[in-house]
Amino acid sequence: MSIDWQAFRLTIVLAVVVSIILTVVGLPLASWIAFSRRRWKFLVEALVALPIVLPPTVLGFYVLVALGSRSPLGRWWQSLTGHTLAFTFTGLVIGSILYSLPFAVQPFAASFSSVDPKLLAASATLGASPLRTFFRVVVPLSVPGLVTGVALAFAHTMGEFGVVLMIGGNIPGVTRTVSIDIYDQVQASDYAAANATALLLLIFCFAVLTLVYGLNRRTSLAGRPGQRPWMMGPVK
Amino acid sequence: MDDGSSQIAISMPTPAEPKLASQILNARIRKTFPAPEHGFSLDVEFSVAPGFTILFGPSGSGKTTLLDCVAGLATPNAGRIAVGERLWFDVASHVDVPVAKRGVAYVLQDLALFPHLTVEQNTEYGLAHLPRLERRQRAAAMLQEFRIKHVRQQRPAEISGGERQRVALARALVTNPCVLLLDEPLAALDAFTKSKILDDLRRWNQAHGIPILYVTHTREEVIALGERVLVMEEGRIIAQGTPHEVLSAPLQETVAQLAGFENIFDASVESVHEDRGTMLCRIMTSCPPAGREDRSVLLETPLIRAESGSGLRVGIRAGDILLAVATPVGLSARNILAGRLSSLERRDMIISARVDCGVEVEVHLTLAARDALDLAEGRQVWLVIKTHSCHLMRR
Repeated sequence: MSIDWQAFRLTIVLAVVVSIILTVVGLPLASWIAFSRRRWKFLVEALVALPIVLPPTVLGFYVLVALGSRSPLGRWWQSLTGHTLAFTFTGLVIGSILYSLPFAVQPFAASFSSVDPKLLAASATLGASPLRTFFRVVVPLSVPGLVTGVALAFAHTMGEFGVVLMIGGNIPGVTRTVSIDIYDQVQASDYAAANATALLLLIFCFAVLTLVYGLNRRTSLAGRPGQRPWMMGPVK
Repeated sequence: MDDGSSQIAISMPTPAEPKLASQILNARIRKTFPAPEHGFSLDVEFSVAPGFTILFGPSGSGKTTLLDCVAGLATPNAGRIAVGERLWFDVASHVDVPVAKRGVAYVLQDLALFPHLTVEQNTEYGLAHLPRLERRQRAAAMLQEFRIKHVRQQRPAEISGGERQRVALARALVTNPCVLLLDEPLAALDAFTKSKILDDLRRWNQAHGIPILYVTHTREEVIALGERVLVMEEGRIIAQGTPHEVLSAPLQETVAQLAGFENIFDASVESVHEDRGTMLCRIMTSCPPAGREDRSVLLETPLIRAESGSGLRVGIRAGDILLAVATPVGLSARNILAGRLSSLERRDMIISARVDCGVEVEVHLTLAARDALDLAEGRQVWLVIKTHSCHLMRR
């Protein structure tokens, strides 16, 4: 029974990197979706949600094409670094970010828009810039939604298969993730190894999500769920 | 209250920040909300001197929209808003100072305290531009002044409604605003708590002398505050003056209905008695039945600026009228009208009696009074109405 620890480590690194980047990219994108009044906002929302419904192979195929040496992006990257993005870890990160985008952005945006607009108005009358309002009021009141978004993005990246296969192939130490490892083991009829790896992945993912939702429950209990604690007029 | 400037030097909390002298808020605002949903337009021109000014009107009359425009949370379609020399908004010269830069304190209807911050942190929120130590000191002084120092480490969810109200005021006022806007902030508090908070606010403003625009839709609050009133209706300011002037006489009839007059009659001034401070008004009967004597009614009312023969309306609350079953004698009340009970109708715990005295008058009685007087339809009764229960309105 052999577990490919290299694949395991690679998968976790990939999930962590993608989660961090999605947090950084997702915060402004989600706040734009939550607060913008542009008429064409729905277009952006639809675009962000696309990876939820799209088969991973379709997404992976187009990302592969975009990263390849025939696309402007691929050529630009090649002139910069000397090699293409396809079948590299960086390429895998780019594909995974696109693939997991809605899982981070949608919970972010939902929790941002549930913050009472009166708090934003109050913050503005107290002299706060939109940026200060965002970080002092909107983000602290959206912690459960942010945690959920990051957890979903992490878990989704841990388990992805189709996009990885399309973009990354199966290069040990570079693009070979756990799910592809399991697929290989099953193809080779090594059910015992597949079981060991799959079980480990299952336990790990369950542990991470349990931890995250457990913490989340504590924070939302502090804010008393079911009530909107910021809607705090005089007691009636 | 008007002369706040002389007192400012005494109570200046921080010499570093130049205090604005008492300044008048001048505003001309036009804002239209497009139909079809709820076509509404606000079109007002007003000024608010240092001290309290009450903005009074029914729900939906545009009070909150007006405050939002002054604060900069809503943008008028046309107009000009300035405080003293400082121009906040002017369509003509394309000036629109953003909310955060206006230096306006706005206490919203549901207070909008930050639930994740303590009372102290809430109070310090508007002082981010100051060094930490000064922030602490200013907030501490404010918490002391509004008597909420003991809850400074608590969050809004953990304190009482009155305390929350004080936190909202302290948070807004600690920034040394040049205008204070209050949107029905005390509506849900009991009268005692309310008057305590208002006392503290008055005391604060004696030292600072800024214009305070206080929104309410309850008549009781207007009378209790007893300051200058702007009366709003359907996006217009329809009357202004002291509460007595705008709520007593003469009023627009719509305001009168708002203030709860069950009896409103057309009348004409019969004679003016300046020496007694009263006038006699003749109530117009709708149509005197043919062949019967003209039973038009004369009422003694308070004196207002009106000429003999001019048309007015008289409003009398049904609860202000006494009903007697024998000719009343030896009363101070000047109006005693004979009539006949035309109907008795029970409404929850009161009796609404209609009495025909030439005009039909509605009177409210208790159930006990009905039984004690053995009232029944058709019975001869007398109505007693004090001069000052007759409220005069413009026609």
